[in-house]
Amino acid sequence: MALTRGFSGRSRGTHDTRLPPGQYDAGANWPVLHVESTPSIDTARWTFEVDGLVDSPARWTWDEIRALPASRYEGAIHCVTTWSKFGMRFDGVSVDTLLDIAGVGADAAFAVARSHTGYTTNLPLDDLTGGKAWVVWDVDGKPLDDIHGGPARLLVPHLYFWKSAKWVSGLTLLAEDRPGFWERNGYHDHGDPWLEQRYQGD
Amino acid sequence: MTAVDRGTAPHPGPWQTARVTGIRRETPTAKSFTLTLSEPRAFWPGQHMIVRLTAPDGYRAQRSYSIASAPSESAELDLTVELLPDGEVSSFLHDAVEVGDVLDVRGPIGGHFAWDLRPALGVAGGSGIVPLMSMLRRARALGEPDLFRLVASVRGPEDLYYATEVGGPQTSIVFTRTVPDGYARPPGRLTAPDLAAALDTDRELYVCGSTAFCDAATRLAVAAGVPTERIRVERFGVTG
Repeated sequence: MALTRGFSGRSRGTHDTRLPPGQYDAGANWPVLHVESTPSIDTARWTFEVDGLVDSPARWTWDEIRALPASRYEGAIHCVTTWSKFGMRFDGVSVDTLLDIAGVGADAAFAVARSHTGYTTNLPLDDLTGGKAWVVWDVDGKPLDDIHGGPARLLVPHLYFWKSAKWVSGLTLLAEDRPGFWERNGYHDHGDPWLEQRYQGD
Repeated sequence: MTAVDRGTAPHPGPWQTARVTGIRRETPTAKSFTLTLSEPRAFWPGQHMIVRLTAPDGYRAQRSYSIASAPSESAELDLTVELLPDGEVSSFLHDAVEVGDVLDVRGPIGGHFAWDLRPALGVAGGSGIVPLMSMLRRARALGEPDLFRLVASVRGPEDLYYATEVGGPQTSIVFTRTVPDGYARPPGRLTAPDLAAALDTDRELYVCGSTAFCDAATRLAVAAGVPTERIRVERFGVTG
């Protein structure tokens, strides 16, 4: 569309090829955007469940999930509000490990992640498997703050960050896509930052 | 009684162009831009628009800005933009954009914070007043000003957006550092009595401001007995 009169941009000559289109580097800041009031969730009562089209629904307590094989993600995250953040280190468990325990049903093709706050977000199952998704509780070596989704959040770093549900409480595997909270409010069902899939229709 | 808006807030259409048809300074660090859309879109108060800037080499930057005006039949809407230190888009809008310029815009965006006309109280910290001003203006335009009450917290009189318009029986201003001459309430942060004076039964809460402000306001509201499911929060700003 139209060029913007007088705009040349700031990042001339130093454009970072790690940045997906339309994103900027937030640097040391970690912006916060969620619409619920920030909950405070007691790990003594925290649980995580995998259900829906699985061989046997599975449920973990805080101690049980942390006893599973550890898995780490190091790299970038990208928020649909246009910030990206590099050099993040998250520790938790791979979603592959959780799905292996529950056993993925033959018809499962999509998932809805849910939170202790009632938030939901939908993802294709392929985006949760193959080493691309985690349930994480530490960031840069420290426990995840409430405001960033602690005690544990979903982490799907190759998609826009609203897919990485804060305060995550479970995954339901489905045969068909079922839009979650933001997706029903106009955001994209897939959310690939490199394709700028921000809103429905992108 | 006005009918509550049913269904969900309008979804964004495609990118379109908008002409800047007015620029107004609100405070030393905030300006309102009146945009005339080439393709008018319905919106609800509380939604925002994306503004996208494109450089000759194809470089683009885009940011979201809350709509400050009330929905109307016209193709115009107002966005209020706070000048952020080091803000690539906000500084361009403040320093370079003039009336007559054309910008790429898309929207309206956002469903959860959109107001459906149920009786509500807005609680604003600083520039968090912008989406709540759209609600206040909407209620006044409907001739039912008590549908929307507002408690707005700002540092001092010079920091108050929409200063000539915002005041009224449904509005109270909390000055945290300096107060205007003769102002009864001493300077200080938002307190439980500030909220209690504006609350009544069954009012929805719309809280907008920095993360610290939103968390403090939410705690006060919960302590005052507002159920968390009636509190909607929109935060901006950064944490470390």
